[in-house]
Amino acid sequence: MSARVASLSRVTARADADSPPALIEASALTKRFGDFTAVDAIDVQVHAGESFGFLGPNGAGKSSTMRMIAAVSPVTSGTLRIFGLDPATHGPDIRSALGVVPQKDTLDEELTVEENLWIYGRYFGLSWAECRRRTVELLDFAQLSERASDKVEPLSGGMKRRLTIARSLINEPRILLLDEPTTGLDPQARHVLWDRLFRLKRQGVTLVVTTHYMDEAEQLCDRLVVMDHGRIVAEGSPRALIEQHATREVLELRFADEDSAVHLPSVEGLGERVEVLPDRLLVYADDGDGALAAAHARGVEPLSALVRRASLEDVFLHLTGRTLVD
Amino acid sequence: MDPQTGAGARTQADGIPDGGYAALPPDPRATLPPVRRWLPILGYHARVFRRVWRGVVYSRLGSPLLALLAVGWGVGLLVDRGGRGGVPWHGVTLPYAVFVVPAILASTAMMTGFGESSWPVLAAIKWQGTYHAMLATPMRTRDILAGHVAQVGWQLAAGAAAIVALAAPFGVWHSWWVLAAVPVATLTGLGFATVMTAVAARSETEGWFTAIFRVVATPLMLFSGTYFPIESLPTMLQPLAWATPLWHGVEACRAFATGLVDVGAVLGHVAALVGFCAVGVAWSARELHRRLVR
Repeated sequence: MSARVASLSRVTARADADSPPALIEASALTKRFGDFTAVDAIDVQVHAGESFGFLGPNGAGKSSTMRMIAAVSPVTSGTLRIFGLDPATHGPDIRSALGVVPQKDTLDEELTVEENLWIYGRYFGLSWAECRRRTVELLDFAQLSERASDKVEPLSGGMKRRLTIARSLINEPRILLLDEPTTGLDPQARHVLWDRLFRLKRQGVTLVVTTHYMDEAEQLCDRLVVMDHGRIVAEGSPRALIEQHATREVLELRFADEDSAVHLPSVEGLGERVEVLPDRLLVYADDGDGALAAAHARGVEPLSALVRRASLEDVFLHLTGRTLVD
Repeated sequence: MDPQTGAGARTQADGIPDGGYAALPPDPRATLPPVRRWLPILGYHARVFRRVWRGVVYSRLGSPLLALLAVGWGVGLLVDRGGRGGVPWHGVTLPYAVFVVPAILASTAMMTGFGESSWPVLAAIKWQGTYHAMLATPMRTRDILAGHVAQVGWQLAAGAAAIVALAAPFGVWHSWWVLAAVPVATLTGLGFATVMTAVAARSETEGWFTAIFRVVATPLMLFSGTYFPIESLPTMLQPLAWATPLWHGVEACRAFATGLVDVGAVLGHVAALVGFCAVGVAWSARELHRRLVR
């Protein structure tokens, strides 16, 4: 792996110098299932070495987009080029240079950890010797070396996820596609996984991630698009999006009443704007503590008050009026 | 090749094109040529089989052996003591065991074909996602189908060969031609396997499978000239038997097992079986593609 890493970063550095053509280039990309439009004319470009994210709630069209990029789902209309190739005519060629981590693990639970990797390498036409060699490296990377000859079925969710990622790297992909990589994992397992993905990112692997977790998007993505109802509603780096669509801090106020909206008049004007959620009010202000002091001065008495930094969650809320995770 | 260790059989260093990422098309990777691409899928099935072969052997050989004893020997005692001393078949009278065991060979292949292409295919599509994992590689749906057909095919052939060997000591084979019954039984099973693959690719739930076993497989097993000649059926039902792969398989297996080979008839049966398989392959290829690539 180390050799690959070295040359990957070398190439990335060179590519950055004279802005390379995009690895993924989509324009007016659309996917329809019958009458339902899952992806509605999106434009996306992903460059080599970048970590790119699709952020949005369930059903926003992220997975449909990923499946088209993975060259397993035909494009309804618009154009899509991966490595400059059309997936409709060069599917196998494109897939030979992609790594795919699907939303749901598709490991073979009857087989052992290492068998899963060997078999998968064979699908890419690698020799047995090469499959074995890469398996040793990848199991080390995935921290699964000690479980190499164990069956997959009893492994924990986090281990299975790491094995899926290891499997997706067996062909030394130029782009790694991760669909909801940490959904369903406990916090510790998520952090282990993020650490592994971060290493890949540092090594210059191009990552494309879908997620409905804003913390994941902030951790992993250099640049992301926010998707809602099949459309892209915003694009930029996590920091730029927050600066553009939210204030520096947020004051969260919870009240005893069923409907927090009744308190809206009393907090009006405390910040740049106020969002009403069923269980709390969000006051957007660059100085959260100042806003809280001002609220107290007005005689507002919430059950609890919390000042935090603005996140992508706030960006999404502002753009769509809804929260990311229901 | 790995530039530092010099190991490996890659066609190009690190999978990186010489011109860096500016050269857009993927570098030539070690992807297998299209005609051989499915072979690793057969390798996968073989590896899974290695885990479960004991159970498979017991269930595959157990029931035909029981049928051989209960029907061939038990019912055979009654039939052979009857007025005609056996079963009339194309102008000769065969001892019942000689008549029925080739049919058990063919109908076992049918059941194996159904079984291997029902639950396992739906599991690979829906529950385990095995086929989706395969499609994330250079594999195409036709490679997945080729691998599946090859794996069912060799299991059918191995099963039929085992039954031929196990039944031989009972003296039910009258000719060395019986060896040709192995590929015929395999074709019979494949006819059902490919059609069942298409049905599985259309299924959302497993409910269909039980229905097909009851409504299709069992009647076929009983009325395709297996346990009694179709000439005993009402005349109007006989054409129905001709339309099923099982009857053709049974007739051809019986011809080879007895050595009473009417070349024209046997060629006709084999052609019919090949035809059923061709239809099954075309249909299942279409349905698999529709299910997996959308």
